[in-house]
Amino acid sequence: MTRVLLLLALVVGVWAPEAQAETDGPLVLWHSYRGAEEAALKASVAAFIESADGTPVEVLAIPNEALASKLQSAIPRGNGPDVFIFAHERVGGWSASGHIRALNPEAIGGEDRFFAETLASLRAARPASDAVPDPAPELWGAPLNFKSTALFYRTDLIETPPATTDELLALGAELKARDIYPLAYMAQSFYFHAAWYFGYGGTLFEPDAQGQQGFAGQGAIASFDFVAELQRQAFVPEEVTGALVASLFNNKKAAMVINGPWFLGEIADGVPWAIAPLPTVSATGLPARPFLTIEAAFISGYESPPERVARSESLVRWLTSPAEAIRRGRDGRQLVATQDAWLDEGLNNDKVLAAFLAQRATTKPMDSRPEMRLVWEPGDLALRKLLRGDTDGAGASVAAARRHSAISRPQPAESSPLPFIILAAGLLLGLIALIFRGIVAVRRRGEGKLALMGWRWIAPAMVTTTILVVVPFVVGLVLAFFAHKDGDWTFVGLAHFGDILSAGDYDVFEPLSFYYALLITVLWTAVNVALHVAIGLFLAILLNRPLLRLKPVYRVLLILPWAVPNYITALIWKGMFHKQYGAINGMLEGLGLDGISWFSNTGTAFFANVCTNAWLGFPFMMVVCLGALQSIPKDLYQAAAVDGASGWQRFRHVTLPLLRPALVPAVLLGIVWTFNQFNIVYLVSAGEPDNSTDILISEAYRWAFARQDQFGYAAAYAALIFVLLLGWSVISVRAAKRAEEVL
Amino acid sequence: MGGVSQDTGGLGGKPSWWAQTWPHLILILASIVALYPILWVVKTALSPGQALSADPNPFPTDVTWEHFAAITGAEGFWTQAKNSLIVSGATMFVGVFFSTTAAYAFSRFRFPGRQVALTGFLLTQIFPGVVMMIPLYILLDVAGLLDSLLGLVLVYSTTAIPFSTWMLKGYFDTIPKELEEAALIDGADRWTIFYRVVLPLAKPALAVTALFSFMTAWNEFILAATFMNDAELFTLPVALQRFVGEHQTEWGKFAAGAILTSIPVMALFYALQKHLVGGLTAGGVKG
Repeated sequence: MTRVLLLLALVVGVWAPEAQAETDGPLVLWHSYRGAEEAALKASVAAFIESADGTPVEVLAIPNEALASKLQSAIPRGNGPDVFIFAHERVGGWSASGHIRALNPEAIGGEDRFFAETLASLRAARPASDAVPDPAPELWGAPLNFKSTALFYRTDLIETPPATTDELLALGAELKARDIYPLAYMAQSFYFHAAWYFGYGGTLFEPDAQGQQGFAGQGAIASFDFVAELQRQAFVPEEVTGALVASLFNNKKAAMVINGPWFLGEIADGVPWAIAPLPTVSATGLPARPFLTIEAAFISGYESPPERVARSESLVRWLTSPAEAIRRGRDGRQLVATQDAWLDEGLNNDKVLAAFLAQRATTKPMDSRPEMRLVWEPGDLALRKLLRGDTDGAGASVAAARRHSAISRPQPAESSPLPFIILAAGLLLGLIALIFRGIVAVRRRGEGKLALMGWRWIAPAMVTTTILVVVPFVVGLVLAFFAHKDGDWTFVGLAHFGDILSAGDYDVFEPLSFYYALLITVLWTAVNVALHVAIGLFLAILLNRPLLRLKPVYRVLLILPWAVPNYITALIWKGMFHKQYGAINGMLEGLGLDGISWFSNTGTAFFANVCTNAWLGFPFMMVVCLGALQSIPKDLYQAAAVDGASGWQRFRHVTLPLLRPALVPAVLLGIVWTFNQFNIVYLVSAGEPDNSTDILISEAYRWAFARQDQFGYAAAYAALIFVLLLGWSVISVRAAKRAEEVL
Repeated sequence: MGGVSQDTGGLGGKPSWWAQTWPHLILILASIVALYPILWVVKTALSPGQALSADPNPFPTDVTWEHFAAITGAEGFWTQAKNSLIVSGATMFVGVFFSTTAAYAFSRFRFPGRQVALTGFLLTQIFPGVVMMIPLYILLDVAGLLDSLLGLVLVYSTTAIPFSTWMLKGYFDTIPKELEEAALIDGADRWTIFYRVVLPLAKPALAVTALFSFMTAWNEFILAATFMNDAELFTLPVALQRFVGEHQTEWGKFAAGAILTSIPVMALFYALQKHLVGGLTAGGVKG
């Protein structure tokens, strides 16, 4: 009965009409604000609904991490919002792919309403075409707020904040003598480093004074050397995370912090502090220029009736109006982009807001062209290398430039899909013929009834699983033959596969080459699964002892690592492996050993990842083993004991063989899951050092999400991973079958 | 248990003091390792402010309940908790019910296509999800299953069912066929045997698959946040992930939320564990 209903539901579902954009119905607004910022936005929207315009608006708050992918899925299907609030960084890509609509400046209150530099980042030209060979830039979003970093300092440690980097270094020597870190900030992140980078005269897309550009420029190298000097003199702590910055500042162990307005929520009560603009770089006389990012309101690019677009525009106009900007500034403490709002006393008298407004004069608006998204990875790589002491400024610059060229992959030439279509059609026909032959053979053998019975029993599970997997799987496989750029797909044949298998711009045994990553992945999978099974089985056997007391207590305690969301526990493990403040080095030092710099070395970083994943994964295997152990009849142990078998012999000859049938599935699937499980690597070592602990799937994710949305290339990675695992599983299923008729 | 204990390694007699003690020592050590990182979660949840504790002391100095109060008092918390329970509970039932029949057929019938189908279940887990999101979204949209908890349950089931089927099949294989053959001779049909004879014996494996299926759905947020357009349909992990911002995470609230979301898992496990140690050999041995 369930089967019939399910099939019916699917059949009806397939013919359901696509959602139509309605003229009426409330406007939909998506955002990812929280706390006071969210409250201010909601109040603004409520006031909009009450105003003469009187349009109902639905507001939906979405986790920041899911917002971009949700927008990209929903907007082309007509399920997206009318208006959404997002950082400006994707304007280049989304304007080309049609996810957002170009705005008429007059419809959102005129360009004069905003600070000029907040508009710059929101402009982009449409791709050139035959009709318009040289398109003029257009405005794609309405700036709401701007953000940048500035210098926070403890007023009980510093009277006047340093105005130049020389003053900073002088002050540093003094503070260091008192065992206080002069400065704490995320030095390994290019976002934070950018202030020094531009202060030293570095450029990203324009040629600098020497005609160089990007990471190879003199300014870039000088800025890297400056950071290396900060690290060498121990003016900044090592392996800095956001949590460490807050903790050092709150505990009076760091005097200054470079951070953005979001840091306000992390400063503990009772800490005396103030904000100042970042110092001027003494060597160049230029101010340190942090990135300026813009949060803007965008109107969805999905085809929508003109009246609806007009209502969306009036909502955006409302949100950017001085009155609503003042509300956001006063209640949400946001740095609003509407100029006239700053005439308000409440905003002007707010020392925090005023300090960031002052910093705005010396910021660098972050570029919105898609190429900007290729800057972060090389920048972070260079800084991490530098801070580990592996190289100097010049070496870091070379490393960054090399990575930048490796990931700025030119689009492969278009190729003809015809041979592939013929091949695919041939394969499909072959498959159909194979199935048909199989059915005929079954009929001839008179097994038709048996087959029907078997398939009826497995149908509910089969239907549910395959429909939702097979279709996306086939689509994914097909995508591997296409290149994606700004919403356009070009057929490129096997070009992606060729690039990946020839290791592209990397040496064969260098991190990020397919073969090196494969080696690490196999090692990662083997070690993890072995540990999960060994620890899980061992604990399960202990817990299975008939006379053991307190079993329920142990069982519940031991499953905790599985029960608590791993996003937080993985980061806590990362903290435990911290070189200076981690509990693990604390223990080593307690034993009289030297602390280890866990993430500067491939072996130790891999070890840290494995520890975390073993801790996260053993409870699952323990539960599986506990269940499986119940299938072993106890009288077998008695018989073995009567025969005088030792504990180990009983384990080896009774427990293990009888456990096999129930354990094999968990091991097989454990291998598949671990092979593709990159989030622990991402959270703990983050691939350090130099991506040498990254596994295959990490690369696929980077190409799909961090490097210009190269979905086709990512799909090719996924397809190769599939082929590898397929080959492995066919072999191991056969082996298991031959060995013991398990299947 | 007939007077013979696994503890002694010999015949009869009471286990020695040491044989009774060492398993406790190991289990206590393992429990400490399991608990130690979680103490920081608890500390972060109970300390004022939103910073993730970075100092080596795992015990809180100032205790506040504000984060727990902020979570449970937040708009929609109880709706999200309800949604999470519905989705995870339904995934658990779909996972267990659909896979038991399939697993039984795989274990007992040698029907044509069996090997292909069994391998097919494994294959569904192999393709990395990285490029499947947008096709899956379109598929659910076409089927009218976006914005519905049912759609989410079906998606989660694609992970829950293959594992459960394989796990249960392995377990069914260990149950002697003689029991069923006797019942068949007595004139019982397959369904009756399946429900009356086999399922009760497979309780430990059912408990494992139930817990696993529940967990597949319980902590997932990316798909849930992408497929639902209505805040009324969000699940707890979606709400929890909202505390993670682009630049800054509200760790106090996140930790409190993480602890709250793990409580139902513990409760479920506690309820299931008596079945984990029952089954085929339950006679005479109590856990």
